[in-house]
Amino acid sequence: MPLLQRVAETSRRAVPFVLDGRPCEALEGDTILTALLTNGEQLRRSEFSGQPRAGFCLMGACQDCWVRLEDGRRLRACSNFIEPGMHVVTGAQPGAQP
Amino acid sequence: MTDAPVHPPIIVGAGPAGVRAAETLVAAGLRPLVIDEAARWGGQIYRQPPEGFQRPKRALYGFEAGKADALHRAMADILPAVDYRPRSLVWNVENSALDVARDGRSETVPFSHLILAPGATDRVLPFPGWTTPGVFTLGGSQVALKFQGCAVGSRVLFLGTGPLLYLVAYQYAKAGATVAGVLDTSGFADQARAVPGMLRDPATFAKGVYYVGWLRAHGVPVHSGVRPVRIEGADRVEALVWRRNGREQRTACDAVAFGLGLRPETQLADLAGCRFRFDAMDRAWVPERSAAGRTSVAGVYVAGDSAGIAGADAAEMAGERAALALLEDLGRPVDSTRAALLEQNLAASARFRRALTDAFPFPTDWAAAVPDDTPVCRCEEVSAGTLRKAARDGEAAEINRLKALTRVGMGRCQGRMCGAAAAEILSQALGTGPDAVGRLRGQPPVKPLPFSAGILDKEAAP
Ligand SMILES: Cc1cc2nc3c(=O)[nH]c(=O)nc-3n(C[C@H](O)[C@H](O)[C@H](O)COP(=O)(O)OP(=O)(O)OC[C@H]3O[C@@H](n4cnc5c(N)ncnc54)[C@H](O)[C@@H]3O)c2cc1C
Ligand code: FES
Repeated sequence: MPLLQRVAETSRRAVPFVLDGRPCEALEGDTILTALLTNGEQLRRSEFSGQPRAGFCLMGACQDCWVRLEDGRRLRACSNFIEPGMHVVTGAQPGAQP
Repeated sequence: MTDAPVHPPIIVGAGPAGVRAAETLVAAGLRPLVIDEAARWGGQIYRQPPEGFQRPKRALYGFEAGKADALHRAMADILPAVDYRPRSLVWNVENSALDVARDGRSETVPFSHLILAPGATDRVLPFPGWTTPGVFTLGGSQVALKFQGCAVGSRVLFLGTGPLLYLVAYQYAKAGATVAGVLDTSGFADQARAVPGMLRDPATFAKGVYYVGWLRAHGVPVHSGVRPVRIEGADRVEALVWRRNGREQRTACDAVAFGLGLRPETQLADLAGCRFRFDAMDRAWVPERSAAGRTSVAGVYVAGDSAGIAGADAAEMAGERAALALLEDLGRPVDSTRAALLEQNLAASARFRRALTDAFPFPTDWAAAVPDDTPVCRCEEVSAGTLRKAARDGEAAEINRLKALTRVGMGRCQGRMCGAAAAEILSQALGTGPDAVGRLRGQPPVKPLPFSAGILDKEAAP
């Protein structure tokens, strides 16, 4: 089950994006964090312990939510919006590790 | 009237403090630069959802809807008269200039007068399992709801202390999320003792009583005097084990919203060269400031929660007062009666704040109970044991030395999430107070820059 649960504002337009190679849908105005965590359970794995992480502060302070796009860019998932066609790599799937 | 200053005054932060500061400068005929990291103005409490979201302000801000609307309108009204730069991060202050990053580019903006109003973030301490997906800060949990229409889980447990704990739990329940419980680290006796002081602001006190009553009436378990033991669940939260009166209990949940009050965001004031003092009430180092908001550096002012936690109403007043101080320093005429009234009201709200601190005290015993293998630093996973060892070996008698030795506070968050814990653990190991171990120094960039720094073209402002 996804980590985040939508409780309001569900009539926004859908935004297609790709999460670890899997086609997914977010809503217009979702942050990358919301897009990922309404479709899955984590954002990345810690480069130290390998443990999963899913963000913490949601306001740009903790830096827990950095994700990688397929084109190599790194973004803070809580403070950037999802865009149609974005390819995000979380490393959640074996073999997808950056 | 004196000449216009060479550089426009700059305000960092478009929350309650920054917006009222801007409004005051505009009223005096100046055209300030307002730089804010968020996409829309309002700050934390009055944060606006992205364009296209539909909930009315009443649903977003509850009792505070009127104030939110007034603040949003105040900024909308002055927009033509300010140079507003949203989605812009101030990442350095050096030689009377700011480095500002926007859309992957950075520019240097010189200033003569600067009002810093970057607000606060949640204060947190580590506990076993706190990096598990599903543990979010309390403020972050509110951001999810207010800004994204999401709950951080389907069964959310609230842990920590402070008025926000009950407010956010109430907002979650009202929005239809399941609240598994509210676990307050402060004791019932703390709250009872603080009642007389809190009655200084009966409206705010009444709202707090209302939230707690509402939660209980709706069957939400509320406990005080709680300490967390550990999160259960490997890849995501399954339960929180907690302790009260020596007895362990377990609450099943898939998310924990956690916060122990707020900590001021002070890095920019530090880089600007402001002198700091230890504030016993905030249990943190804050920039020295006069009642008007002047710091030790001429032309640099602080306002709002970044200067010491005082809440949104006080932030509005402090923003206006700091702007009046700026105008005074430019030699412009200001309404001195208004300035005196603001200072008087700010002093009153500081007294109320003291009562809140009594009601929701910082849990001073927490840090000592953190097991050695628990990561204190979320960025680089430096453990409590590593910090204790450095302190015990006598190698780290001061926090920046501890940082150099262990890398705590050196990661991407710059100590925002681990700073309080590191100071508590070090001072306990040394048998002193947190004021005796010094403060973590701010370093540019105060937040990591998007993409890689190499992509940033640093260019001079026109
Ligand atoms: C997440 C959160 C939720 C809160 N919710 C409530 C609530 O519901 N009710 C309540 O009474 N109090 C709440 N508070 C307390 C509340 O934040 C304050 O009382 C009030 O918002 C303080 O106003 P301010 O103007 O000082 O700062 P803020 O409102 O925090 O505004 C600061 C602004 O500065 C910007 N900023 C910060 N750093 C930089 C930088 N380096 N460069 C550019 N811009 C920057 C931020 O993006 C933000 O927009 C909350 C606090 C937090 C952290
Ligand atoms: S979740 Fe903390 S910076 Fe994004």
